[in-house]
Amino acid sequence: MIRVVLPPHLRKLARVEGEVKLQVTGRVTQASILDALEANYPMLRGTVRDHVTGERRPLVRFFACQSDFSNEPPDFPLPEAVARGSEPFLIVGAIAGG
Amino acid sequence: MSKVRVSVGTRKGAFILSSDGTRSRWDIQGPHFGGWEIYHVKGSPADPDRLYASQTTAWFGQIIQRSDDGGKTWFQPGTPPGESTTTPEGFPKGESNKFVYDTSTETGKPMGDHLFYDGTSRPWEFKRVWHLEPSLANPDVLYAGVEDAALFRSSDGGTTWQELSGLRGHQSGSQWMPGAGGMCLHTIILDPAAGQRMFVAISAAGVFRSDNAGATWRPVNSGLRSDLLPNPDSEVGHCAHHITVHPSRPDVLFLQNHWNVFRSDNAGESWRQVNGNLPSDFGYTIQVHPHEAETIYVVPISSGFEHYPPEGKLRVFRSKTGGDQWEALTKGLPRRDCYVNVLRDAMAVDSLEPAGVYFGTTGGQVYASPDGGDSWRAIARDLPSVLSVEVQTLP
Repeated sequence: MIRVVLPPHLRKLARVEGEVKLQVTGRVTQASILDALEANYPMLRGTVRDHVTGERRPLVRFFACQSDFSNEPPDFPLPEAVARGSEPFLIVGAIAGG
Repeated sequence: MSKVRVSVGTRKGAFILSSDGTRSRWDIQGPHFGGWEIYHVKGSPADPDRLYASQTTAWFGQIIQRSDDGGKTWFQPGTPPGESTTTPEGFPKGESNKFVYDTSTETGKPMGDHLFYDGTSRPWEFKRVWHLEPSLANPDVLYAGVEDAALFRSSDGGTTWQELSGLRGHQSGSQWMPGAGGMCLHTIILDPAAGQRMFVAISAAGVFRSDNAGATWRPVNSGLRSDLLPNPDSEVGHCAHHITVHPSRPDVLFLQNHWNVFRSDNAGESWRQVNGNLPSDFGYTIQVHPHEAETIYVVPISSGFEHYPPEGKLRVFRSKTGGDQWEALTKGLPRRDCYVNVLRDAMAVDSLEPAGVYFGTTGGQVYASPDGGDSWRAIARDLPSVLSVEVQTLP
């Protein structure tokens, strides 16, 4: 299972506490994780990536294994540790004041 | 005995304030959606338990929330978990937070451009919902005024939205530009007498009217004057801050413009200035008394950049003559050292007798008057900065 850590705003929307666990089929990428996340938690659609373009929202970042994957292509393979579930995929609200 | 429900949208959540008809003791529920900006919460006139809320942040975008039990519980209308997000034909389903502008058949992009602050052209880009206006008759029908300025309609209780693009498609659309708060459609008035007529107000474009339920629109700004425009009497470009209308006289509109208070006695065909003795021509909000169609309320604010009450005195001004002659209402309001603002959607009235008047401040206070404005007290004092106040009078 893929482990995903949501920011507090989105945990509240999704009505979850702690990590979210997702079954992802095929290659584990940003896109496949977000597809699974939105299928299981449809209230999060449009909050991480744009409804129409599918692009990451500007103030959202993606971290895993102490690395920043925010600007990698959506189909870029994520580390094996994320695919194994030993490391979480972090969806983070960028530090932007407020 | 009647009850009153006050829905308050703030920078960090929504609050529901409730009282019986005496309006002497208030219960505060919330924050709902803590940490999110709640631009507007409004109940359906057709079903008092149906509330809609616009929830947004710069980080995670727009959310529409709905309550079917008077604000006790909330949910996002839309596709349930596990259900396909596409139709059997493979087309994407709509979503409650999906506001997609109608596109040009030539480019496939949102049709048209608008002006930026510096006069250059910019494409339309959805940012947030400023105002939700439920239908007067059907709780599943509502309208959303959004930034960048456009009007959307939902006929399924907020589950999906479609643009009424005749507004943005008006030939003047390319000349609209943002006000300081963004280019927002913030006021929607559904005419109770003539079901097909609607008004909207846009900063900074002005007032627009439709006579065919939103299919087509025309600007109705004759008589407005904005000195920062190249042509102060321009057909569009005016920073209309808020409009109010009394249900019994749908042809009479009152407008707090960026500068000056105006009234129209002919459904917007022409406007005349009614500032009279107000201490400032600037302000955001304006409301009409529920039972007296010539009694209106404004909260004057200093200039276009200070944005606090003149002389540090928080005063509501009431005119019982439809403008021109105003009296300061001060009993119970801060008389010194007060530097809050009262935003355009942050004043409302109930329909009890005597009428209640309510407004919220950027300092987090919600003031209520149970006697038509003669006296005031804070019914909430330390909320986050208040963006909107709406009131329902319940049986």
